[in-house]
Amino acid sequence: MEHNAHAGVLHGHHAHDHDHAHDHHEHHETFVSKYVFSMDHKVISRQFLITAVIMAVVAMVMSIIFRLQLAWPGEKFAFIEAIMGRKWGKDGILDPNAYLALVTIHGTIMVFFVLTGGLSGTFSNLLIPLQIGARDMASGFLNMLSYWFFLASSTIMLSSLFIEDGAASAGWTIYPPLSALPEAIPGSKLGMTLWLVSMSLFIVSSLLGGLNYIITIINLRTKGMKMTRLPLTVWAFLITAILGVLSFPVLFSCALLLIFDRSMGTSFYLSDIYIGGKPMEQVGGSPILFEHLFWFLGHPEVYIVLLPALGITSEIIATNSRKPIFGYRAMIGSMLAIGFLSFIVWGHHMFMTGMNPFLGSVFVFTTLLIAIPSAVKAFNYITTLWKGNIQYTPAMLFSIGLVSSFVTGGVTGIILADSTLDITVHDTYFVVAHFHIVMGLSAIFGMFAGVYHWFPKMFLRMMNKKLGYLHFWVTFLGAYGVFFPMHFLGMSGVPRRYYTNSNFPLFDNLMDINQFVTMCAIFAAFGQVIFLINFFYSIFRGEKATQNPWNSNTLEWTTPMAHVHGNWPGALPEVHRWSYDYSKPGQPHDFVPQTVPLGPDEHDGGEH
Amino acid sequence: MTLLYILAFVLLCIALNQLFKVFELSRDLRGEKLYKTTDSDNKFNGRAMFLFMLLFFGFFLWQIDAYWYRILPKSASEHGNKIDALMMANYWLVILVFFVVNGFLFFFAYKYHGKKDRKAEYILHNNKLEMLWTVVPAIALAFIIIFGLKYWNEIMKRDNDPNPIKIELYAKQFDWTARYPGKDNEFGIDDYMQIDGSNPVGLDTNDARCHDDILVKNEFHLPVGREVIFTFRSRDIIHSAFMPHFRAQMNCVPGQITTFRFKPIVTTAEMRKEKHVQRNLDEVNAIRIKRGDDPVEFDYLLLCNKICGASHYNMQMKIVVESEADYNKWLANQKPIKSAAKTTAQK
Repeated sequence: MEHNAHAGVLHGHHAHDHDHAHDHHEHHETFVSKYVFSMDHKVISRQFLITAVIMAVVAMVMSIIFRLQLAWPGEKFAFIEAIMGRKWGKDGILDPNAYLALVTIHGTIMVFFVLTGGLSGTFSNLLIPLQIGARDMASGFLNMLSYWFFLASSTIMLSSLFIEDGAASAGWTIYPPLSALPEAIPGSKLGMTLWLVSMSLFIVSSLLGGLNYIITIINLRTKGMKMTRLPLTVWAFLITAILGVLSFPVLFSCALLLIFDRSMGTSFYLSDIYIGGKPMEQVGGSPILFEHLFWFLGHPEVYIVLLPALGITSEIIATNSRKPIFGYRAMIGSMLAIGFLSFIVWGHHMFMTGMNPFLGSVFVFTTLLIAIPSAVKAFNYITTLWKGNIQYTPAMLFSIGLVSSFVTGGVTGIILADSTLDITVHDTYFVVAHFHIVMGLSAIFGMFAGVYHWFPKMFLRMMNKKLGYLHFWVTFLGAYGVFFPMHFLGMSGVPRRYYTNSNFPLFDNLMDINQFVTMCAIFAAFGQVIFLINFFYSIFRGEKATQNPWNSNTLEWTTPMAHVHGNWPGALPEVHRWSYDYSKPGQPHDFVPQTVPLGPDEHDGGEH
Repeated sequence: MTLLYILAFVLLCIALNQLFKVFELSRDLRGEKLYKTTDSDNKFNGRAMFLFMLLFFGFFLWQIDAYWYRILPKSASEHGNKIDALMMANYWLVILVFFVVNGFLFFFAYKYHGKKDRKAEYILHNNKLEMLWTVVPAIALAFIIIFGLKYWNEIMKRDNDPNPIKIELYAKQFDWTARYPGKDNEFGIDDYMQIDGSNPVGLDTNDARCHDDILVKNEFHLPVGREVIFTFRSRDIIHSAFMPHFRAQMNCVPGQITTFRFKPIVTTAEMRKEKHVQRNLDEVNAIRIKRGDDPVEFDYLLLCNKICGASHYNMQMKIVVESEADYNKWLANQKPIKSAAKTTAQK
């Protein structure tokens, strides 16, 4: 840990208090080494969080702009011209190409930058060392690089919004040939190049982070921290990181081949194309190859987004129900099963590509199998609440919100996974409703839950509880209001990614549904303003936190109320039990920290 | 004026800052732990959870009431009836699970809200329960998989009818062209290198089988009760041929030929008389009249369902289903490529 030791602590005055804890603290700390090029996992986690919050705000504003277009096409909104400029928002009406760019970048930012980089980056970084009892990540330097690649990638993605031809606009799945041919759509000029560069850097960031998480969890657990004593958060982060390490390189190869096709005249994905008034020379490639490569990452990606959220809520639901998580081993088993199955289901995104129907059948089978471990998880959450003593912190509210959206969005997956039924709902709003509820809402609820719960560890202050309640209820009501009616749009046959649904008469009478959805989206956006105020206000002036504000068992709450580099000033804590001994009979309190030795006749809960 | 706004904003900020300071001071003076949940917080949120459940379920039922008649009308194709039946069965199952699981979740969230004097029960796991909720979903899924795959294989089978109507749908940014094989009932081969103004779908002009092929735009016709085998091609990028009323969809991939087949069983005229269709059309026309547009009649549409560029939202084509006699009459009036080319040349 030598190389990490100089990386520093958050507040100057704390540094003096804890200097004695480290023998080698003689290096001079500069602002840059403390906050900017920091190798401390706690600082890196906060860097990830703040970056992700900014990215999320951008993506949310985008969604409001295109929702306005969908609800009131042709209506003039002065602020759309103000934001989008005269080129993309002339007279306050959104340009069709700009609409597609917004949809594309909204999806890209939300999936990758907020729910992958933001969620894993923040909480894996913060919690892995703290919950396993390690001084820091296995490699602080690679961890720092991981953040800087993420920031570079975010910056490039945002910069693509300001170029002349507009940002990438082939949808977040960037299917070629649309994404490969600048003649097909202006967004496939420089915008697509920047998208590919940005995502390549993002993949580097994700791999550096992921390798670090895996190595840290396997090697740096403190004494007594057996795998069966790990909190479910850490299990979730471990499985997530493994999924990322196995699947992101495939996305990289997928993007690389697209870069070749775009700029070097190869034809991996191109064949028999006539565009811009002339036939192209490239022959023999297949766009379907791209889809296979893309979804080989794309489906595990869904679980890369979801598993950390599930891990976070497992921890929060157990803590705030004051009960052990129900079926600890079943929870681990189901996460492992989901992780494994996520690699053999990608074809369900491609039932309608003309893929061999028999191959489709195989993917139907594997996909529907995922419903089983998912159901196990949902039931285990609910049974954890059963006979509990639920403490409604804002984090707990969001965790319950997650279970609800996981179930509500999950069940429609059964319909989409069935190739027969997919024929009618494929690429309609039914899909949009499904993945936004099961993946978008669940993951973002998990992220909010994590922020409220571990805010005291990150910023040593508390977020305001009442504002947190308000934030939750506004978000919960608004979010279901946005996404639930979309099922009905899909069942009416409305395709996704349409600039307007009123260009031909078929869908004209569905306009009131679209307007309802947009109003709910604006309502929910106000909820996020409440969150932002609460978040930034509390960082600087929130109530001072106490050491273990939620009476929790896990190791992070045994660290002092200061950002000590190396996490624990003295020796590392020793672990004697699993992390879920809540309300254990015969104990003085309703929680027993993992550092408390087992009594003479006591059994470790994780052993069951 | 702007200055006044700025001034007002600055003053507001100062006032808010002072307000926060007072709040923080009193908070610190009293030494309360504001973040701790109190019994009244737990009670409030527990009740809110229950109330939310009622609202949520009510919202769902309201949507069924308000939106259900707007979903796609009865299937216009034979296989579509099977899809619809399977879809309904799945809906029932899914809705049941939605109600039961959300119901348990919100009910427990209400019932077990925290109280100072209550202690949670130390329950670790229960193998019987775990078994139950592994096996029951597995059985339900087995049924879904079996029926799903049975229908899937039937729909995707290629040899239902020895003598199907053949139609090729050709996609490009941003319109559709339908091609009928003409008298010889055979499509010629295609060659994208030969695409030009007089050969818009890229046929190999050396292949005599192409010469009697018929190209139509804007609308294409289908005979009711006859199996139609569609082949799909694309000139430029991936499009998707989506015919929602026929429960049919297939991507059009450049460099590949994809297929889908179905048998239309409801003519356009019959579908226009459907109550469900009429009710929606009345709504559409009421909106159109208010907007100053002419009222329209219901038509089947072929839509593009894969993002394909700026006018993706408007890439559609009308489908007319009619009796076989009417269909043959319509087809006879369409000009084959060779003679169409001639007439253009003569002009």
